[in-house]
Amino acid sequence: MGSDATAPVTVESINPKVLKCEYAVRGEIVTHAQRLQQQLQTYPGSLPFDEIIYCNIGNPQSLGQQPITFFREVLALSDHPALLEKPETSVLFSSDSIARAQQILSSIPGKATGAYSHSQGIKGLRDAIAEGIAARDGFPANADDIFLTDGASPGVHNMMQLLLRSESDGILCPIPQYPLYSASIALHGGTLVPYYLDEATGWGLEISELKKQLEDARSKGITVRALVVINPGNPTGQVLAEENQKQIVEFCKNEGLVLLADEVYQQNIYVDDKKFNSFKKISRSMGYGEEDLPLVSYQSISKGYYGECGKRGGYMEVTGFSSSVREQIYKVASVNLCSNISGQILASLVMNPPKPGDASYESYVAERDGILKSLARRAKALEDALNSLEGVTCNKAEGAMYLFPQVRLPEKAIEAAKEAKKAPDAFYALSLLESTGVVVVPGSGFGQVPGTYHFRCTILPQEDKIPAIISRLTAFHESFLNKYRD
Amino acid sequence: MAKALDYESLNENVKKTAYAVRGELYLRASELQKEGKKIIFTNVGNPHALGQKPLTFPRQVVALCQAPFLLDDPNVGLLFPADAIARAKHYLQLTSGGLGAYSDSRGIPGVRKEVAEFIERRDGYPTDPELIFLTDGASKGVMQMLNAIIRNENDGILVPVPQYPLYSAAITLYGGSLVPYYLEEEANWSLDFNNIRQSIASARSKGITVRAMVIINPGNPTGQCLSEANIRELLRFCFLENLVLLADEVYQQNIYQDERPFISARKILFDMGPPLNKEVQLVSFHTVSKGYWGECGQRGGYFEMTNLSPKTVDEIYKVASISLSPNVPGQIFMGLMVNPPKPGDISYFKFEQESKAIMESLRKRAHIMTDGFNSCRNVVCNFTEGAMYSFPQIRLPARAIEAAKSAGKAPDVLYCLKLLEATGISTVPGSGFGQKEGVFHLRTTILPAEEDMPAIMESFKKFNDAFMEEYEDYRGYSRM
Repeated sequence: MGSDATAPVTVESINPKVLKCEYAVRGEIVTHAQRLQQQLQTYPGSLPFDEIIYCNIGNPQSLGQQPITFFREVLALSDHPALLEKPETSVLFSSDSIARAQQILSSIPGKATGAYSHSQGIKGLRDAIAEGIAARDGFPANADDIFLTDGASPGVHNMMQLLLRSESDGILCPIPQYPLYSASIALHGGTLVPYYLDEATGWGLEISELKKQLEDARSKGITVRALVVINPGNPTGQVLAEENQKQIVEFCKNEGLVLLADEVYQQNIYVDDKKFNSFKKISRSMGYGEEDLPLVSYQSISKGYYGECGKRGGYMEVTGFSSSVREQIYKVASVNLCSNISGQILASLVMNPPKPGDASYESYVAERDGILKSLARRAKALEDALNSLEGVTCNKAEGAMYLFPQVRLPEKAIEAAKEAKKAPDAFYALSLLESTGVVVVPGSGFGQVPGTYHFRCTILPQEDKIPAIISRLTAFHESFLNKYRD
Repeated sequence: MAKALDYESLNENVKKTAYAVRGELYLRASELQKEGKKIIFTNVGNPHALGQKPLTFPRQVVALCQAPFLLDDPNVGLLFPADAIARAKHYLQLTSGGLGAYSDSRGIPGVRKEVAEFIERRDGYPTDPELIFLTDGASKGVMQMLNAIIRNENDGILVPVPQYPLYSAAITLYGGSLVPYYLEEEANWSLDFNNIRQSIASARSKGITVRAMVIINPGNPTGQCLSEANIRELLRFCFLENLVLLADEVYQQNIYQDERPFISARKILFDMGPPLNKEVQLVSFHTVSKGYWGECGQRGGYFEMTNLSPKTVDEIYKVASISLSPNVPGQIFMGLMVNPPKPGDISYFKFEQESKAIMESLRKRAHIMTDGFNSCRNVVCNFTEGAMYSFPQIRLPARAIEAAKSAGKAPDVLYCLKLLEATGISTVPGSGFGQKEGVFHLRTTILPAEEDMPAIMESFKKFNDAFMEEYEDYRGYSRM
């Protein structure tokens, strides 16, 4: 290996922003889990469990969730258009998937799915997405406002790059937050300005807290540029009430902030008394138009009931920016040429799925509702189980894919953690992993009120695995508390 | 209240960034296309957009992976050959739950192993799959590496001029300094080590720490295939000057002459033995977008790290993990590219036929275009030895240069805009890639269909000769 002292690229000489950023979702605990998984393969029976269950990441299809048949039919036909010329195809594929593939292919110049597209994404697909947004919100959407990206994450990075000029620029982020935001802010050299969600009121977002943190940041010389809102929340799962959303819109307008609305879980709602409203819909319904509020709305194909994480598809809808700013957004997007075409096609299908009367409609609805109902059941089962544990309280997962319970750790456990040089919740999560094979992410990876400890667990393992997970978790927690009882 | 985000308050680095491949000429061409004009887009290496057909076998495999329910159907054999079916099953097994699951952030381990095996077959030296990261296109990998290397504006990256403007754009975006080294047009765009030494000395005298050197082999836009001697000298240079070598080898399958076949920088590095083989830091890039595959829209690529310390590799892994994973279909395309059908496989014959046809046609077109440009007045064009582009030098008359100045445009931009308006051919002006002061070029691709080439070259010649007529002084007349 190159000698570290003289070699040009070493840990000492790489970009310090790279060194600074962190991303716990695939951090230390996952590496440890992978080592244990190897161990199980090489020495079966050597651990107190048979398998590692990854509850650290919102990756539904890795845990057995099936893709939506109609979507995959359309993709297969788009990937291999030669199929459309064969008579056997009409036996193997639904008629509306054939029609949709033909429609999509005809919107692509030369039907060439292997070609770089327009840097914002194929126009015909953006038209379909704009229609889907308009149908969802009741307010029009413009295909030219849409930027298709490899997942929602690159769109977040783009905006951070544009907004952050130096450490004196800040972005308001919820605590707890999905650590893409903290990582991206660190990578782009800005400052994260935290605002705390209120655990006692179901992770409520108080405008007074936003104001307080904003003023605090400004008094330290920070120019706060934007507000990140994740709705439904990650890791917290709360769905914002309409009133709350209106207050947020007013706040951004009054304080001159860009609103970055992460809405990737918009199709994951498990309670009847809450509904998803996009921030675009809310602001338009308040009478705010293009001129009034800079808003970036993120959507992804990775979540919802489609869970197509591996395809890397998503978009940002960019409204309320001047044309000179939009040119810059376009320019940065163009350096990477375009996002992958398969993901673009999926994004258009997600926003424009089968409709009543379509040949696949009923089977599509059955698949969709089956998945969503199952997610709701799993959310409830795990929430109840966690709440039954001593010293654990868990807010309801109104939406998204996670539970974020608070664990009251005994003093002795906190000391043991200190000795092991780990954050107390990381110590708990590691012990949990080593006893049960279940991988969760310590709350410190998302941020939490100092002195409180949480972990994030997904609701994604298949339903038949949930009882076993619950009983193992319960047994572990009891023995952990007994071990460290004061 | 001031607007939350106006042009003035944008990150300066973003404002300074330029990427001509989809810049002014492309935007104008798109406008004209909307107005109904027939445009021939030769601004970007995008083979399928100009009629090149995808290879059949990979599309069959990926279609089956997209819709695994097909594999259970008794009639699947009517639509797909047995080896495509087997290969789809193979890749699905390697995934963490099909195409819809995030993979390992570095890419599917089984595919990275296939890439490692390919590299070993190609070069004769083993490589570690753990040091191979799959990315959404090679560009993402380049950006990740440059972001890791550049700390501030005092960090410089040696970049060839002319270069593919991803490098200049990324260096600007990340706040570093571009240190240019000029390729020698008269010597077939080869490396001039005196010039390189001068560049690095000049940068250092301005307080710049030169950290890395980019080579593009085969070159873009220039197409030259570097000689083994050149690459050896380059590696020695990087060793002495303490630079990490970033070897963009995405066109390694696009070679149109036999004197200088492609040899990877890594192979040469290991051929050179100690101490270089253990000391020189190297990152090599490859893609599914070029070669004879041309699958640009899939966004599949990889980079391979040599002699980077484990801690550094960890940091790069960490950054990759923030984006979760590269897209899985693109990874499968990469697996198929490095592990194509072999003699004896059912699909081998067709695959070979399709590939050969594309490669032979590209070689022909490289010649047609070079010869076509060289037959034009005031145009001189080096042969396209590799890659996908032609980069003719246009000797613009003084009056054309003045006209451009009055119009507030770079001279080659004016030429290319007029070419576009007259013929519909959308090129990229040489200023988008960098060139010596007062020397002008344009970049076009060799990708238009073979049957369209003669007409395109004819159209270009007609425009060029008329342009030269208009702007040249001849017979001593001044037109002032």
